[in-house]
Amino acid sequence: MANQRRFTDMLADSMPKLVLAPSFLIVMVCIYGYILWTVALSFTKSRMLPQWKFVGFDQYNKLLNNDRWAVSSENLVVFGGLFIIICLVIGIGMAILLDQKIRQEGLLRTIYLYPMAISFIVTGTAWKWLLNPSMGIQKIVREWGFEDFTFDWLVNSEMVVFCLVIAAVWQSSGFVMALFLAGLRGVDSEMIKAAQLDGASMPTIYRRIILPTLKPVFFSAFVILSHIAIKSFDLVTALTGGGPGYSSDLPANFMYAHAFTRSQMGLGAASGVMMLGGVLAILIPYLYSELRGKKQ
Amino acid sequence: MNKTKAAIAGLALAVSAVVANAGEVEVLHYWTSGGEAKSVAVLKDLLTQEGHSWKDFAVAGGAGEAAMTVLKSRAVSGNPPAAAQMKGLDIQEWADLGFLADLDGVANKAGWDELLPKVVSDIMKFEGKYVAVPVNVHRVNWLWANPAAFAKAGAEIPTTWDEMIAVGPKLKAAGIIPLAHGGQAWQDATLFEAIALGMGGSEFYNKAFVTHDDATLRSAKMVEIFKTFKATRDLIDADSPGRDWNIATSMVINGTAAMQIMGDWAKGEFTAAGKVPGTDFICAPAPQTEHQYTFNIDSFAMFGLDSDDSKVAQETLARLIMEPKFQEAFNLNKGSIPVRQGMNETPFDSCAKASMASFSSTAKTGDLVPSFAHGMATTSSALGAISDVITNFYNSDQSADEVVVKLANAVKASM
Repeated sequence: MANQRRFTDMLADSMPKLVLAPSFLIVMVCIYGYILWTVALSFTKSRMLPQWKFVGFDQYNKLLNNDRWAVSSENLVVFGGLFIIICLVIGIGMAILLDQKIRQEGLLRTIYLYPMAISFIVTGTAWKWLLNPSMGIQKIVREWGFEDFTFDWLVNSEMVVFCLVIAAVWQSSGFVMALFLAGLRGVDSEMIKAAQLDGASMPTIYRRIILPTLKPVFFSAFVILSHIAIKSFDLVTALTGGGPGYSSDLPANFMYAHAFTRSQMGLGAASGVMMLGGVLAILIPYLYSELRGKKQ
Repeated sequence: MNKTKAAIAGLALAVSAVVANAGEVEVLHYWTSGGEAKSVAVLKDLLTQEGHSWKDFAVAGGAGEAAMTVLKSRAVSGNPPAAAQMKGLDIQEWADLGFLADLDGVANKAGWDELLPKVVSDIMKFEGKYVAVPVNVHRVNWLWANPAAFAKAGAEIPTTWDEMIAVGPKLKAAGIIPLAHGGQAWQDATLFEAIALGMGGSEFYNKAFVTHDDATLRSAKMVEIFKTFKATRDLIDADSPGRDWNIATSMVINGTAAMQIMGDWAKGEFTAAGKVPGTDFICAPAPQTEHQYTFNIDSFAMFGLDSDDSKVAQETLARLIMEPKFQEAFNLNKGSIPVRQGMNETPFDSCAKASMASFSSTAKTGDLVPSFAHGMATTSSALGAISDVITNFYNSDQSADEVVVKLANAVKASM
């Protein structure tokens, strides 16, 4: 009897561990295991299939001398930076406007959030048509009588990266809005009333009181947006196909092309590791500040 | 009663005889669109008639890129399909890794060496042994032209690249886009390849894109070729980036554009639109390449298998692919020409006949060259590097002197 009870106690104690073990194992192997595998591959001369002949930093050397890689990482900086900033600005703006206790808020919220339900492939294809000079926006405006109107970013290698920004912002800013709206709803209304009694204007209240309390929301939005930016692959594939030339290539497209279709797995792995480096460069300071904040 | 019994017994015997050496071949391919699917069905029927079964493994998309990715994962896990559609130098890479089966038994019996030009059989062989079977030949250096558009502008169809550049303003004045083109890397490379072959000649072409001779890649001739290539930019409308090849072909069909440089798969678009070769559209060799032929060959590589039954079925498949019956039926559907020499030309249209004549004559003169833009001449990594350089040059303001250095360096880095 006593033995049985001890056993059930033991089972109850180790239950959380047992339940978590499978998912822990899967995460260890499928995420961290494969990260290590990729890092190892990036030091080999693997071509079509993995091949364990180590060549040191050769692949990284090749990568840094590769013009296409330079273009795609530059694009990522421009695209990622603009995408995150514009999404945050539009998202906060819309959230504040929707927070003014307006009629039909539920409907409006759904409309703004809806693009998030569409995959980047659909977004990219739709915007490809809209931005195409001979059948999209440029054509319509010209038909309205503005003969000199030009909007040919999609076919202009200098400007094409901004087309990616437009489409990505269209898709994701509604989501940022929803995050901030939830945050705004959580702000203590007593605090706002107190500020109003002290004679603060609404803009000041937003700037000095409400937005600073939304700091955690900023962080989540930033992290989510930056990983969307870094992993953007489908958007480029659907919207521009990397063109004109390879002027709208992003690192994810570079990695896929080299690792899977060009039989340069080593180089592809090296570019994957560089992308991981980019993610870590953003995440580590964030995690560090978060964890330190909690301890205090 | 007795008769039925005998019939049943006979049937059972027949069935068992078939079953005894009936195997299954799993065939990985990416022929999924209308005409292509029909072509594959021909092969499937022939194989089932021989008593073997066909397991279809079609992976659509990306000109075979998706299929190759699937193939890699299947091969690495030790379970490759019996046959996989594969092209050019990929065959050598797979053979080098030891995945492919030796087909010399079938090949010697059917005399493939006599039936195929040497440049073609070299691609199908690894270390002197056949490992793949060619299915068809596409000629890539075609110029597709709309004669009505030329008549409207009062211009002649160009036969040299200088004429091509010169005819541009005339066509433009008549409101016609001179050259229909899709700004995708492989289409840029297809156009460039035609210019390089025409202006440089076959020997230059082979040195540059097959053996990757450094001096040739950096030569003054190459600079000149790149200059002409850039000049064709003026013949193209501003909206070309990202356009698919068939959209460009439809521009020639409906007369908004006058010409297109594209392989003979473009013919399918013309015939599907009810156009007749020779009157509604012209198929001419790309400028200055009348006596040259860039080939793009589809083939099936055969993977090494364990089961004997499957091996028999696999060899049957290989034999059937090279037989005249399949070669004719398949290529009539697909719009390409048979790879097998000495076939009956009657059922084919005038463009295909011209292609067949040119294929056998260039095979003798050494002007039959592999298309690098379609992976016939170089490994996928070298092809990737070259097409990056070409497409970037075409879409930027890089000078021709700069780009040859980039080209030579990129080729070296990809080795």
